[in-house]
Amino acid sequence: MDQIDKLAADVPLLPAATRDAAPARTRRWHIAVFLAPALLVYTALMIVPLADTLRLSLFRSVEHAPVFVGLDNFRVLLTDPRWSLHFWAAFRHNLYFFAFHILLQNPVGIALAALLSLPRLRGQAFYRTAFFLPTMLSFVIVGFTWKLILSPLWGVAPALLGSVGLRGWFHPWLGQEATALTTLALISVWQYVGIPMMLIYAAMLAIPGELIEAAELDGITGFAQFRKIKLPLIWPTVGICSILTFVGNFNAFDLIYTINGANAGPNFATDLLGTFLFRTFFGNQLQLGDPNMGATIATMMFLIILAGVAAYLFGIQTRMRRYAL
Amino acid sequence: MIPARTWPLGRAGVHLVLILYTALCLGPVLLVVMNSFKSRAGIFGAPLSLPNAATFDLIGYKTVLGQGAFLRYFGNSLIVTAGSLAAVLLFGAMAAFALSEYRFRANRLLGLFLALGIMVPIRLGTVAILNMMVAARLVNTHLALILIYTAQGLPIAVFILGEFMQGVSKDLKDAGRIDGLSEYTIFFRLVLPLVRPAVATVAVFTMIPIWNDLWFPLIVAPGEATKTVTLGAQVFIGQFVTNWNAVLAALTLAVLPVLVLYLLFSRQLIRGITAGAVK
Amino acid sequence: MRMTKAAWVLSGAALVMAAPALAADATLTIESWRNDDLPTWQEKIIPAFEKGHPGIKLNFQPTAPKEYNAALNSKLDAGTAGDIIACRPFDASLELFKKGQLTSVNAVPGMDHFTAVARAGWSTDDGQTAYCVPAAAVLHGFIYNQDAFAKAGIQQPPKTSDEFFGDLEKLKKDGTYVPLAMGTPDQWEAATMGYQNIGPNHWHGEDGRKALIAGQSKLTDPAWVAPFRELAKWGPYLGDGYQAQSYPDSQNLFTLGRAAIYPAGSWEIAQFAAQAQFKLGVFPPPVPKAGDPCYVSDHPDIAFGMNAKTKNAEAAKTFLAWVASPDFARVYSDSLPGFYSMQTQSAPVTDPLAQQFLAFRTACKSTMRSTYQMLSRGTPNLENEVWVASANVINGTETPEQAAQKLQKGLDSWYKPAK
Repeated sequence: MDQIDKLAADVPLLPAATRDAAPARTRRWHIAVFLAPALLVYTALMIVPLADTLRLSLFRSVEHAPVFVGLDNFRVLLTDPRWSLHFWAAFRHNLYFFAFHILLQNPVGIALAALLSLPRLRGQAFYRTAFFLPTMLSFVIVGFTWKLILSPLWGVAPALLGSVGLRGWFHPWLGQEATALTTLALISVWQYVGIPMMLIYAAMLAIPGELIEAAELDGITGFAQFRKIKLPLIWPTVGICSILTFVGNFNAFDLIYTINGANAGPNFATDLLGTFLFRTFFGNQLQLGDPNMGATIATMMFLIILAGVAAYLFGIQTRMRRYAL
Repeated sequence: MIPARTWPLGRAGVHLVLILYTALCLGPVLLVVMNSFKSRAGIFGAPLSLPNAATFDLIGYKTVLGQGAFLRYFGNSLIVTAGSLAAVLLFGAMAAFALSEYRFRANRLLGLFLALGIMVPIRLGTVAILNMMVAARLVNTHLALILIYTAQGLPIAVFILGEFMQGVSKDLKDAGRIDGLSEYTIFFRLVLPLVRPAVATVAVFTMIPIWNDLWFPLIVAPGEATKTVTLGAQVFIGQFVTNWNAVLAALTLAVLPVLVLYLLFSRQLIRGITAGAVK
Repeated sequence: MRMTKAAWVLSGAALVMAAPALAADATLTIESWRNDDLPTWQEKIIPAFEKGHPGIKLNFQPTAPKEYNAALNSKLDAGTAGDIIACRPFDASLELFKKGQLTSVNAVPGMDHFTAVARAGWSTDDGQTAYCVPAAAVLHGFIYNQDAFAKAGIQQPPKTSDEFFGDLEKLKKDGTYVPLAMGTPDQWEAATMGYQNIGPNHWHGEDGRKALIAGQSKLTDPAWVAPFRELAKWGPYLGDGYQAQSYPDSQNLFTLGRAAIYPAGSWEIAQFAAQAQFKLGVFPPPVPKAGDPCYVSDHPDIAFGMNAKTKNAEAAKTFLAWVASPDFARVYSDSLPGFYSMQTQSAPVTDPLAQQFLAFRTACKSTMRSTYQMLSRGTPNLENEVWVASANVINGTETPEQAAQKLQKGLDSWYKPAK
């Protein structure tokens, strides 16, 4: 902890050529002041505990005593069929879950934001609140509500379908291997579309009015205006939304857990890395928690997400910024 | 005047789309609220109809409200959420400013270091965190939760605010420096007001996972005096899982505080967003 | 920390107000997964204890069953768990004892009120040390709607498997009621109320269970595949969309009077009696052929142990001694019908439905769930696998033979029976 603070404070600053330099002494200190509170809390309560957990992936418990096994837990996770089948299945489900979000959540979010940011739209605040409501609900509420709606017993979904003459289309979607994961992904999109919508909406409002006026004078209006003027300007925000979705999806757990339980049924069809991790780390019914294998899964998740975020930061984002300028 | 032709789909079309989507968002919630005021027979007999004289029943609310101190839980949630939110926004904005504004050797490294927290769920550190809280005698206090949620919220806050701060005009800051303003004044007086839309947005969705978290209240502060509303609702739901009257009432009561909270914050949020837009 | 402070304030106040009380009050916090029982504890069990034990207060603090193990383990590791721990049977609690988080209860007065069999669920493998005081067992069977049976012209509850399916067919033809109220998405329902309910009649209760542990029989043997074969035939008699029918859905389907037969555990009794508007009956799991011996799952379910780090060890021991006493047995079985005391002198059961369930114990031989002892210690976890397999077999996505093979293969990969 202390080391990091020192790092921030002691690093000599590069002379800023483009800028009128304030006295170097004050500059050194204010950087530390700006960074210290965040770094302190974050390091103590996040990094240290997480490092402590990830460290466990290098150990195995033998007769309640930790034994160092190097990377052997990773070999087991990736090659022993008792673990690897679950791991790769969960990974595939996660990719599907993520692809589903990107292909549905972003376009819907952009469309809603575009409509909401239309000038002089009546009832804007009402719509915005309505669209954001699902995002504010806890998983307990979202999970329970959708379970009730899709429940064959309560019959809301069958009745709704019946009212448009499609009663036969009803299936116990959450309980069938072929449809369970897609249903959960749809519920998740329903819940979270508010976040890209809000971010993109803010970005659209930030587009300078002169730009729009200039476009209108050139006769660029309506959908063309959206596509040629607004869309390029909001790409960086869409990028942020995508990476947040990526991280969120690969950490997703609560919704599956609330709706289909820690076993992620039916027949593990909805098992994501998050549920696999929870089952392993904390145990489930008679299954005892295995912190070592749990930490191994967590480390793998960490590496996957790290790879994704790095790809975004170094690849996509830099290119996008150049384009936006 | 903005001519109507700038509206794709036409005015009516736009409203139709928006209303349909509104129905999709509110429908499930309204369904729960509506049925929470019905008798058991009413809930199962005609789930899609409004409560009427025959089916109106408050038995669910009687069961739920007889069981716990909902108001106190609400207060606890409010303290924890507001406290964490203030810390996340202030500390996050400060750190984001330092990282986006100044060039120093550890800059990139620190940026990555802060981003690590986005990638692993903090829940994995539970045991170490709990040990720490025990050592600091913070178990069953609001402060314990506030500290945890601050750590949890910081990475994303820094990430997003940093993105926005890079967009703040350099001329403005340099003009401030020429006028002899301190770096702190530049941050608080010049930069922070300009990134208000971002701050408001970060606020709203830092707040949501904190308000809705079940895990840390359960582990770190399960005591009656610090129980949050989400944990309280979960206990109700777990307890009355077969009793749909109570479940629906508990769900409705759990939705209400979130709505109240959003309405409390939304004025700030909207003011922030529009202030950013009207430049 | 708050708790202790509150306790101090309370005890201070108690000292001032009740001068004769010599010892300072101790408050015992009880960890449990039975959040359903919260009102019962508050209204009946706690007052019963506190009346006889001035100076000790109880605070029942349940966690939802799904989170119980994870939350409890974290709190035990950090030293913030309650003084009294509700113990799951077998390995989950054994692990806590081995880690030194639960203490031996051999010395608790009244432990001789339990047979070795009753203690087995919470004893070391050699049976020498018990670490939790057994509180209650639960029985399995079927609860049925008497009106539904009358409507379909069923005179008597089924005794054999053939009669059972015959009756299901009659109910289905009649069409008024869903024949069987069960769903598969929660999985444990299919495993516990399906497989473990009807299984013992096929694998001959304790004989089969012990042979499996000893490695003398395999899950692919006919006796162990048979329950899956029966489950595979349940599907057509379950409600529309049973693949997404959750456990509470099943309960509601039955208590609303829409289903005829509910594969049950005795813990349902109190709630069903309160909610159902029709007459309830019970029958034990049907035997394969007329005249076959019957077995019933009489499963050790809940016990209480002491957190090794408790600051109120004396008070905790007093509480555990009370749990081992006939006094507790009476209050517990009285206020929570369907949870049966495991003490040798059985407590009188007053609830009529609970009495009918209890009669299974004398009519049939008792056994416990097959996967709990020894067999769920490794990876893959047999209990988990049985949940998944039972749901798959009923859903028809796996044949009984495939399910059995998968289970045995998983077990073989880590379990080596003692020679």
